[in-house]
Amino acid sequence: MGNKISITINGQKVDVKHGTSILDAATQAGVIIPTLCYHKDLCIAGNCRVCVVELAGQKRLATACATPCESGMEVMTNTLKVRNSRKHIIELLLTEHNADCTSCYKNGNCELQTLASEYKIMNQDFIHLVPFKNYTVDKFSPSIIKDDSKCIRCQRCVRTCAELQSVNALTMAFKGEHAKVTTFFEKTMSEVVCTNCGQCINHCPTGALVEKNYIEEVWSAISDKTKYVVVQTAPAVRVGLGEELGFDPGMRVTGKMVSALKKLGFDAVMDTDFTADLTIIEEGTELLTRLKKVLVDKDSTVKLPMATSCSPGWIKFIEHMYPEYLDNLSTCKSPQQMFGALVKTYYAKSRNLDPESIVSVSIMPCTAKKFEANRPEMHDSGYRDVDYVLTTRELAIMIKQAGIDFLKLDDMHYDRIMGESTGAGVIFGATGGVMEAALRTAYELVTGREVPFENLNITPVRGVEGIKEASIKIEKPLKEWAFLDGVELKCAVAHGLANAKIVMDEIKAGKTNYHFIEFMACPGGCLGGGGQPIPTSPEIRAKRAAAIYAEDEGMPLRKSHQNPEVIKIYADFLGKPLGEKSHHLLHTKYTPRKRF
Amino acid sequence: MSTNYLLKRVDFIFKNENDWEDVLKKSINRPPQELINELISSELKGRGGAGFPTGLKWKVASEEKSDVKYVICNADEGEPGTFKDREILSRVPFKVLTAIAICGHVIGAKKGYIYLRGEYYFLQPELNKAISEFEYFCKEINFEFSIKIFMGSGAYICGEETALFESMEGKRGEPRNKPPYPSSFGYMGKPTVINNVETLAHTYTIFRYGSKRFYDLGVQYSRGSKLFSVSGDTPKPGIYELELGMSLADFVEEFGDDDTKAVQVGGASGFLVPRKKFAETNIGFQGKLVGISLPTGGSMMLFNSSRSMFNVLDNYLNFFAEESCGQCTPCRVGCQQLLMGIKAVKRGDKNAQYLDKLLKLAETMQITSKCGLGQSVANSFSSIVENFREEMIY
Repeated sequence: MGNKISITINGQKVDVKHGTSILDAATQAGVIIPTLCYHKDLCIAGNCRVCVVELAGQKRLATACATPCESGMEVMTNTLKVRNSRKHIIELLLTEHNADCTSCYKNGNCELQTLASEYKIMNQDFIHLVPFKNYTVDKFSPSIIKDDSKCIRCQRCVRTCAELQSVNALTMAFKGEHAKVTTFFEKTMSEVVCTNCGQCINHCPTGALVEKNYIEEVWSAISDKTKYVVVQTAPAVRVGLGEELGFDPGMRVTGKMVSALKKLGFDAVMDTDFTADLTIIEEGTELLTRLKKVLVDKDSTVKLPMATSCSPGWIKFIEHMYPEYLDNLSTCKSPQQMFGALVKTYYAKSRNLDPESIVSVSIMPCTAKKFEANRPEMHDSGYRDVDYVLTTRELAIMIKQAGIDFLKLDDMHYDRIMGESTGAGVIFGATGGVMEAALRTAYELVTGREVPFENLNITPVRGVEGIKEASIKIEKPLKEWAFLDGVELKCAVAHGLANAKIVMDEIKAGKTNYHFIEFMACPGGCLGGGGQPIPTSPEIRAKRAAAIYAEDEGMPLRKSHQNPEVIKIYADFLGKPLGEKSHHLLHTKYTPRKRF
Repeated sequence: MSTNYLLKRVDFIFKNENDWEDVLKKSINRPPQELINELISSELKGRGGAGFPTGLKWKVASEEKSDVKYVICNADEGEPGTFKDREILSRVPFKVLTAIAICGHVIGAKKGYIYLRGEYYFLQPELNKAISEFEYFCKEINFEFSIKIFMGSGAYICGEETALFESMEGKRGEPRNKPPYPSSFGYMGKPTVINNVETLAHTYTIFRYGSKRFYDLGVQYSRGSKLFSVSGDTPKPGIYELELGMSLADFVEEFGDDDTKAVQVGGASGFLVPRKKFAETNIGFQGKLVGISLPTGGSMMLFNSSRSMFNVLDNYLNFFAEESCGQCTPCRVGCQQLLMGIKAVKRGDKNAQYLDKLLKLAETMQITSKCGLGQSVANSFSSIVENFREEMIY
């Protein structure tokens, strides 16, 4: 079926592969067709009908997204009939939509607004339906706000939650005029099986699903003279933020971001990459300890494979879906929470600050981090470890509000301490990154030699494939790790919860023999996180990933255990990995949850 | 003006010859191609309302390469004013079961399903008894075929064939994008023939008596007979088997109460014909040379002068606004706009010209909706508003 066929679009001949949709053929020919329910990450729905086109000889219009090209097809995308129909459809959507744009969080980044503007819907006189509907706004989740009055029933969120995440927190219910996107028994997002991953937000064309923002709270803290406001930035933020502020996808804006944060008035600008490196030391040691307990001590209470615990969306997922596997999770907190616990202890002590006066803010590519920071167990410093979590998008809003011309900013460096990082910390932002960073350190710890990959790049765990596998054979280990001689360390990487589910089901069925698995809730890892700039697509995520790996390669240090600040924190404060202080501040426990 | 085909009553469907065993045995011993040719030469078209040539449907499915195929009998009879399938299934169930099995033989399917309208749960026990007897006979003659009933849950949209598949697969009853069509990608993604109950009953007649007997009935493009569900302001409501191609004037002459103001042909998704157009309207599939041809699933609702056409339309639109599956914009929102729109005009909140705007909207719904539901709302809307505009305003 790989043969080519010819069609015409607006009279222009286009050769396409058999099975190509009219929409893709049009894109190939440089013809733009508007869409709403279509998204590159998702299956075709064909339900908004905005992409209708005319086919010669047919009275009815066809949707460009859902109709495959057929040889000799004559497509017209800009006839009076097409324009009038599209206009009608946009008008209809607007009557059902709370189009109070000026008070909408998505004002300026709304696909429906853009279409309404392009089609100049000026003298719309269809009846406004919103007042007749009992729309509700669900603000109960610490991460996600769901406003039904803005929903256009494109079902992008429903498909996201089902296809990418296998969570199905959001589904369609009722029919006809009552059809709506809702949850199990119409409960609030905070009560149902929602992982707070925010992928629904990333895929929503309107303001129906947005993050709960804490912008005003952070502004208040910054302007409060009695508060010392520190900020940490996650690895993936530096390769996404630029998209919100005028750069093309794939631009690294680390230095500009640090300058901007200082201009915003944060008292210290620090790097989550530092605790990413710290995570590797703790988690790597934990893995090796588990291996020893299983292989040497034959301790049956210790579980393998060990699963990573950096992604809070994944954590909530496993708590709901596979609570019997919580012992397989690494007990390490995520880098954000390690950072939070250290800021109000180690950092406060070194800077001679009252931890009470510290407001700890984190900038994350993630909405689940808001939920994570809100967990009752995350108070190990004696205070709430992380006070406010902002997404990449919220940071961009603050930068705009502050009148900062981001493009013209000079690069600046993170503050010391807790601002130093290695390339291994940076790649946490991409799928496979935690695995790669862990292997770089663990292999060297065990053998005294660098990982046997050219330039430290462990390419088998990189890339867009949903589930990746790699194995490293340990040969000639150092004396204390002699029990690992000849052991083939089997690793897997899964990103997107749908893929996580596949791996977990295989584990459940006893089909795997992995030792270590990296799970990330979002497609592409954190760089494709639910708090990253909108839009997202496989191409955009690939560019962000390339930027992350370029950042890694450009770093003088690329292995977590080389981080001088990490070495120092163990010497001055923590003692040793998995030591008592680490255990108290850097490790956590998990909560089994029900599926409904 | 009128082509004046007199009403011709026919008695095929409900005639109980009690010879289904012979028909089944005889038919499954004929090569599939021969049966397909028989159907094609009968020119039988789908009796659910859309009128797709049945022989062609079977032919396409028979040519699909697949180990698993299905035959589905669409008994989700939901069109307002239609009640014929219920009668067929209760009075001559074996004709339908036989036809399903013959179709299985033709296309190479081993399983048949009857998708039974949720409200017809009372038919289930008798129908299951008939199926047991039927399957027993199939076993006796070494013909491998089984039939199961799948109960619908009450949604009108699930009568749309692809929404019906989704419903059977345990999903939300939402129509799929087409192509692909059921004959290549139907139930469970397998090649599927889905026919209306009455269509299957007619295939029984054709295999029993040969295609000529069927073809000789009706007129060009509209061959054979059809069951009509007659209701409304008529002294003799009921189900009648009549030849296709009759003039609506003759029909009203026979079934009207001498005060017939309009006839709704084809249920809520069909057309309203006012008295002045009775003579030029024929009941049959498009393609006749003279007059207007209206296809129908068989619902004929008569309205006399006591009826308000505004109320009739209001009723239909309420039905559509409720029964749209809600996935596609023109149907979901369009139905609500039409409904609220005519009410606003009636109240005087919108002026009479607003009706023209609504007519244009209905046209858009017709050409942009995903499935037959949204596409056909314009049929009743436009025919009622255009013919009874005053009743909408005053």
